[in-house]
Amino acid sequence: MRYAMAVDTRKCVGCSDCVVACQTENNVPIGFCRDWVVEVTDGTYPQLEVEIRSERCNHCENSPCVRCCPTGASHYAEGGVVLVTPHKCIGCGACIASCPYDARYPHPDGYVDKCTFCLHNRVEKGLDPACVSVCPTKCMYFGDLDDPNSPVSKVLKTRKYKTLIPEAGTNPQLYFLI
Amino acid sequence: MREEIIVSGRMNHLIDPQLHIWHWHIPLYLFLGGLAAGILFFASLYTILGKEKEYPTAVRLAPFLTPVLLTVGLLALLLDLNHKLYFWQLYTTIRLESPMSWGAWTLMVVTPLSIVWCALNIKVLFPAWDWKYQWIWDLDAFFRKNLKVISWILLISSLILGVYTGILFSAFNARPLWNTSILGPLFLTSGLSTGAAAIILMSKNAHERHNFARIDLMLIGIELFLITHMFMGFLASTQVHIDAASLFLGGPYTTPFWLFVVTLGLAIPALLEVLEIRGYKMPVFIAPVLVIFGGLMFRFIIAYAGQVSRWLY
Repeated sequence: MRYAMAVDTRKCVGCSDCVVACQTENNVPIGFCRDWVVEVTDGTYPQLEVEIRSERCNHCENSPCVRCCPTGASHYAEGGVVLVTPHKCIGCGACIASCPYDARYPHPDGYVDKCTFCLHNRVEKGLDPACVSVCPTKCMYFGDLDDPNSPVSKVLKTRKYKTLIPEAGTNPQLYFLI
Repeated sequence: MREEIIVSGRMNHLIDPQLHIWHWHIPLYLFLGGLAAGILFFASLYTILGKEKEYPTAVRLAPFLTPVLLTVGLLALLLDLNHKLYFWQLYTTIRLESPMSWGAWTLMVVTPLSIVWCALNIKVLFPAWDWKYQWIWDLDAFFRKNLKVISWILLISSLILGVYTGILFSAFNARPLWNTSILGPLFLTSGLSTGAAAIILMSKNAHERHNFARIDLMLIGIELFLITHMFMGFLASTQVHIDAASLFLGGPYTTPFWLFVVTLGLAIPALLEVLEIRGYKMPVFIAPVLVIFGGLMFRFIIAYAGQVSRWLY
């Protein structure tokens, strides 16, 4: 099993509904977020292009954060989802320094927190992650890449996509449809 | 002109500054750990070589600094943790992939050994010292009998401690400035150099001072060579590595690095040590103080600059 997510940059309007849904679902402390929206304007005026991306932890297959965690608090869970066990985390910040996507933050309770793909609270119950389920433009696809009929497998078969800084060697599992 | 504007919904003072996750604690600890590793390396080396009488400061006196240095360093590390009460989780597992894990275990070996080393030499500081209890005397005799073994363990573990202070950084591919394997040898050399400088500062024996001035001079030479290689490697590498090098080559860290680390911390002490070895009379403390200052600045600059350097996407 290999959980992955695809975000359609051509459909995303940058409304940040995914951000609010995540904060609500996961009780993210006020002022922090596990996912966020990036808007990139690129080109030469007047030929400008805008790309909007809903970003979060890339749940990399070769995660620098799991590699450098001194206690094993950061680990690969079911389906390759990268999780942090709060009671094992000493809050040393090595994983924060090691993440090329800056996807982690120190929770005010001391441990390091990040996107979980809503694994335990939603996905295991057969639901989509909170961000995916609320998206008003339905620009996000989630599922198991090993299952050819999952929404994410289907959309990656028919659309062009990219991942963020693949040259960092992390093998990210968050795909952006372009 | 082609332009690229990136606006992040994360522009939030509680989140974006988290990119700079490590503050003064980590570079201070790396400096103290490197210094302690340097002192313990020379102490154990000259014990193994049987030259305790020739280099009394290095073997007997300077190691008294190390438990203090290591304790202050460990305290800084503890203060750096966000989840302080869970620090013991470090010692529930050994993760070979994580330099921080085996570094923590190395400290678990080096710190007690540094205390044992001081206990064995306590009569240097307090000639009338008595352990009072027979079992402590038995322990003392046991350690003395196995001094060579302890020296070897200390020699190897102090080298690991010295290298680890650099490898801690080089394991992070997200920070291109740190992501170079030369950082391990470079931090080790710098640690040995500051250790030699501390011994020069404490020594009252001209022969010992000259020997360590020569060692320090060689170490400074190696450091300059490694720094040059680090920049050559960066400039011949990918764009993010070129950007990382340019932090020091015209970027915001140019002046602190070349002035404090290279000029004041390496070039000038090297010059002073050459003059001293050639017999010129000058205050002996200037060169070692500059070396120690340079070592401290070096760790702060690398720690802070590394957190500025990143992949762009």
